[in-house]
Amino acid sequence: MALVELRNVSKIYHLGGEEIRALDDVSLDIDEGEFISIIGPSGSGKSTLMHILGCLDSPSHGSIRLDGTMIQSATTRQLATIRNRKIGFVFQFFNLLPKLSVLQNVELPMVYSGISGRQRRERAMAALEQVDMANRCKHRPSQLSGGQQQRTAIARALVNNPRIIFADEPTGNLDTHTGEAILDLFRHLSTEGRTIVLVTHDPEIAAVTPRRIEIRDGKIAEKLDLTLAGLSPKGARVPHEAGGAETQGS
Amino acid sequence: MQLLNTIVAGFKEIWAHKARSLLTMLGIVLGVASLVGMSALIKGMENGMKESMIAMGGADKVLIREEDVPPDQEHLADQAPGRTMYDVIGLRESAPLLRLVSPEMRVNGAMITRGDKATWPSECVGVWPAVLEMNLHTMGHGRFFSDIDEEEARAVCVIGTGIRDELFGSPEEVGHEIIPIGETIQIRGQPFTIVGMLTHYESEEERREREARANAPKQEQAGPQRRRGWGRGNWAFWRKNTTVYMPLNTSYIRFRAAGDRDGIPDWRLSDIDIKVRDMGVLEPALQQARNVMMVSHRGIEDFTFQTQENNLDQINTQIRNTRISGGTIAGISLLVGGIGIMNIMLASINERIREIGIRKAVGASGFAIFSQVLVESLVIALLGAAAGVVASYGMVWLLAHITPTGNLPVITPFALIVAVCFSAFVGVVAGLFPGLKAARLNPIEALRYE
Ligand SMILES: Nc1ncnc2c1ncn2[C@@H]1O[C@H](COP(=O)(O)OP(=O)(O)OP(=O)(O)O)[C@@H](O)[C@H]1O
Ligand SMILES: [Mg+2]
Repeated sequence: MALVELRNVSKIYHLGGEEIRALDDVSLDIDEGEFISIIGPSGSGKSTLMHILGCLDSPSHGSIRLDGTMIQSATTRQLATIRNRKIGFVFQFFNLLPKLSVLQNVELPMVYSGISGRQRRERAMAALEQVDMANRCKHRPSQLSGGQQQRTAIARALVNNPRIIFADEPTGNLDTHTGEAILDLFRHLSTEGRTIVLVTHDPEIAAVTPRRIEIRDGKIAEKLDLTLAGLSPKGARVPHEAGGAETQGS
Repeated sequence: MQLLNTIVAGFKEIWAHKARSLLTMLGIVLGVASLVGMSALIKGMENGMKESMIAMGGADKVLIREEDVPPDQEHLADQAPGRTMYDVIGLRESAPLLRLVSPEMRVNGAMITRGDKATWPSECVGVWPAVLEMNLHTMGHGRFFSDIDEEEARAVCVIGTGIRDELFGSPEEVGHEIIPIGETIQIRGQPFTIVGMLTHYESEEERREREARANAPKQEQAGPQRRRGWGRGNWAFWRKNTTVYMPLNTSYIRFRAAGDRDGIPDWRLSDIDIKVRDMGVLEPALQQARNVMMVSHRGIEDFTFQTQENNLDQINTQIRNTRISGGTIAGISLLVGGIGIMNIMLASINERIREIGIRKAVGASGFAIFSQVLVESLVIALLGAAAGVVASYGMVWLLAHITPTGNLPVITPFALIVAVCFSAFVGVVAGLFPGLKAARLNPIEALRYE
């Protein structure tokens, strides 16, 4: 059984009588330990897909199973718990709380899972070690560079030991060099066995991941964009069609 | 543990906006201070009234008053006997529901002199020893009258400290207390020996004032010593202190028998006070007394009973009215404070939409967000309440210093509890709506919010 199973998921927005299909009948499986990029042009529905996968949003139609739980029938409270325990988010704009220190920001998810203060500190420090930010734990986000802020956000996503990490354009706000460092970090985490879904519109970034899913107009594209062909690193684990685009029926 | 974190977070948030939180709290501070202060003032008033009531003989004292005969007995008005010893003896022997019967015979125009000093007592009356219990007197020095004093109508008297102050000098003036037992004074020109002196009666505030004066450095006085005028201090206590008692027979034989009323001996009493065995049997006891007196008055109803109940009722309604209006004002100001809190909480969550989105994304449930807002609102309200309690103590202290002769305001624990509970309630209610609003925020929209 896959870690995430998406079946015929649609997300429809209604804007003044007009129907916008942000996601249109998407089916998708993600296995444990996969490193996947979701790629597509702006407005194609990548973020929408990620939000639905990450239990931040619910689909208009279709079903999602995450780690054995049916998401579309879960209550908001259950969704909050799932986000807390099983999912880590990394955002384009870092989304750190400016009033809290780096350490407190990383502790935040554990506050909501009711972990004691001492244990929180230990685990947050361990996560900060992993992203090489332990020496800045007392700083405020505003005192950090973009790359440092993003690494803090990654530590926060890691700290509750989630089943899957979603990153929406994690390098979108960083210069090329810093962006590469962040990508290296993700790659490293992937080799440690973490499941990571990377949302991007940059084919070069998508090329880093063994499996790519291309989205166009809310649908998963039939064929992989030619520019991406052959860029796939060898030996990476690709469960379905090797390096191919996704077409999964239900 | 979770709750503790939430409370700590609430405090931090309040600390982060010190000025704003302080201004928000001000409403609650004023509300609590006015609630507690108001109830303290009322309590002080109540205490003062109760003191006066006790000074006048307590709530269970019933006065038998002389009254005009009813219309249907108008033709008998000339034969109205008035209150006499027949009534007193009849009541004592035949009205078992009465605990105490105290006759009083006033000596009219009783000027009391000693050497070149003179004074007019509030009352100079002939009494039975029952008067001590009737008017709640305590002997300070010497003794009360004996049966022999009564029987032989001896020229002895018991005075209050006010009379002593006027004729012998007050402790404040003299520097030590004069106990004039065995001294002779003139009542309407007749020499009387003082055999006893009552204790000094004063209200709580008068005591405080006296002590304050004793502690204050003595002021140089220019010109002649001025007399203390009428109406100084609490009337009920002043009246009680300027009492002169003599045996009942003494007052009759020495002042009334020789003809007070156009040469005819006047044996009518000026007052009969009674106390019933138990306030629970007040009605039947008064009926009994009435029956007895109807016999001794030959059916002419020229008397009436005046209980303290009417008085008490009046005092109680007055207190209740003040309490209601004061409570309403304080309640409104607390409500206004609550609206202020709600306003600030709404502004605060509007500022923090993105933060709420982030918290939700990392797994905060709606309830966690809701309780955080609620706790924050509650903490503001409770901090305000605490400050309000301190402020009300300050206010009471200030009032006590500004008007030392007024009734001392008394802060009751009940008022404090009510004020704090009400502010907590206001805080919770003020936090409900903003809290719900925050909890219902859609995480994605909140994250996208700029
Ligand atoms: N709340 C909303 N109401 C209406 N339409 C929406 C809403 N959110 C998204 N959409 C629409 O859904 C479509 C997909 O949006 P989405 O944010 O998923 O795109 P994206 O692929 O992430 O683009 P980008 O690369 O620019 O971030 C867009 O056409 C957008 O206009
Ligand atoms: Mg997007």
